[in-house]
Amino acid sequence: MRLEPVANPSLARQLGFPALALLATVVVASLLALLAGAEPFGTLGLILTGAVGSKFAALETLNRATPLIFTGLAVAVAFRARLWNIGAEAQLYAGAIAAVLLGTGVLGTPWVLPVSALVAMLAGALVLLGPVQLKTRLGVDEVVTTLLLNFIMLLLVSYLLEGPMKDPAGMGWPKSAALLREARLPRLVEGLRLHWGFALALIAAVVVWLIQSRSTLGFEMRAVGQNIQAARFAGMPVNAVLVKTALLSGGLAALAGWSEVAGLKGHLSLDLSPGFGYTGIIVAMLALLHPLGVVVSALFVAGVFVGSDSMSRAAGVPTYIADMLLATALLFMVLAILLTRFRMVRG
Amino acid sequence: MSALFEILFSTSFLAAMVRIASPLIFATMGELICERAGVLNLGIEGIMVIGAFAGWMAVYQGLPLWGGVGVAMVAGMLFGLLHATLTVPFGLSQHVVGLGVTLLASSTASFAYRLILPEVTSPPRIEPFQPYGVPILSDIPLIGQALFAQTPLTYAAFAVALLTGWVLFYTPLGLAIRAAGENPAAVEAQGLSVTGLRMGAVIVGSGLMAVGGAFLTLSAFSSFFFEMVNGRGWICVALVVFGAWRPGKAMLGALLFAGFDALQIRLQQTPLGAALPYQVFLMVPYVLSILALTLMSRRAEVPAALMMPYNKGER
Repeated sequence: MRLEPVANPSLARQLGFPALALLATVVVASLLALLAGAEPFGTLGLILTGAVGSKFAALETLNRATPLIFTGLAVAVAFRARLWNIGAEAQLYAGAIAAVLLGTGVLGTPWVLPVSALVAMLAGALVLLGPVQLKTRLGVDEVVTTLLLNFIMLLLVSYLLEGPMKDPAGMGWPKSAALLREARLPRLVEGLRLHWGFALALIAAVVVWLIQSRSTLGFEMRAVGQNIQAARFAGMPVNAVLVKTALLSGGLAALAGWSEVAGLKGHLSLDLSPGFGYTGIIVAMLALLHPLGVVVSALFVAGVFVGSDSMSRAAGVPTYIADMLLATALLFMVLAILLTRFRMVRG
Repeated sequence: MSALFEILFSTSFLAAMVRIASPLIFATMGELICERAGVLNLGIEGIMVIGAFAGWMAVYQGLPLWGGVGVAMVAGMLFGLLHATLTVPFGLSQHVVGLGVTLLASSTASFAYRLILPEVTSPPRIEPFQPYGVPILSDIPLIGQALFAQTPLTYAAFAVALLTGWVLFYTPLGLAIRAAGENPAAVEAQGLSVTGLRMGAVIVGSGLMAVGGAFLTLSAFSSFFFEMVNGRGWICVALVVFGAWRPGKAMLGALLFAGFDALQIRLQQTPLGAALPYQVFLMVPYVLSILALTLMSRRAEVPAALMMPYNKGER
């Protein structure tokens, strides 16, 4: 068995395989529901209505999608340049720490929101800069270093929340003091539980898309991702491009944490992110690393999570079905995308 | 200083070091076999989780302890088969597939846990492997109790390390596996199947990773917790680099690393531990792993075809 490129893939081939991947994911979902003793179509229906069935549900999905758009963009930007940033979780918490540091009184100006956003991005970028320096200067693989930094950062947050950043009025819980009113992101529409972070995430997606499609940096990032040797041979400053990519990627991931703190929670605690950084990888891959696609796939992924939570309460299928489905969808989808361009032949 | 000396040369410290190293040795050998054949297996973290869960659940359902080890191994091999199918014949990105497998394996464990035990708040305990004192050897002062009064699974870990070294460097099969990771075209020219060798290596390697996970539930903690693997898989990926893709060195690396881990636990109970926040001590394993990767980065023992998919007839 070997792979053979398909010369001119037909439209049916280009759409058929991704559709098959989605269908296969639905089949897996049904099997899991059956396994849990629930009725398959009823379970899928409950996930759907739980995600978008009411105004409350839909807003909840949009809220959940907000950090996923940011982390999805962070991963998409990095992976496009073949910079394997698996550390979005750590960068997210760096942004959250910045939001709390500046939002609880250090900065009393009306500028607190834009300043804390900038500082958050800088903090996230710095967290990724270390692994990228190790990669470009010493050839240390960034996958493992960024992964390990996630654990280190979580311990740092745990220390901060039990020590210097602990809320004195927090009844002993490890959480930070609440952000000042001026440091909170306002609601998008008065009376609706959706904050400005969502709009900023959409703007970020468009900005990233413009950078990637219209700027020299975007061209360079693509070139480095496609063939690093060729890019180097063509005289491209490969290391500088990787550093810029890292700054952008780390900054975007940090905005996820910043917007969760400033927009949704109002304080920092250890459960701020249920793995948004890792889920960003799924979001980015399902979007084929396209920044605008990230918005769509983040909405889909958020819907699966929110819908599964609500389905789990009604039908008793464990809520972890969401993670299983998304992992399955990811693996099926990367295979489907390959099969749109290649076919398996004997020999 | 003498306090440090007292810690380092105590039987309890040495015993802890060997115990902490055991799951790392299983999983590091598993990863090493995969990488020697040319496949980076980032499914390791999730495969350890599923191994920890499957082994524990099998024993909880009434299987003997070794049966639990077997079930864990089979579960790991199944996820290894998935990883291998996607990365070897289809040649998909080993980064993406590996992370996908980690996610799928760990969420499968969580889902199955909640499915089988919907109501429990704290996981049930099982009767774990008991230490077995090797006659005569365990009577040696200081190291006797540390090295030869461990559970059978610890002895198995060291046996697996020796076996891995022997197979990889002293058998034709090992030569073929290493060649698949260095020069796959040459392997094919010999009439051997690169696909077969790589898939076999990933499946067997994943089985070992799962046994490493099962060590945690069947020999160390006697119960299953969601976050129990806690980055050990990623640490093992670093240990393979640290050990320069050689089983003996990787085993020593795991021991050294476990030594530091055992030390940080003990230092927490000294005046130093009172002065520093406990999180600093818990960071030690992760920081050491990054340090180890950095120190070893200049050396070029990495298998030449690591992460390079092989497509027959393509040059």
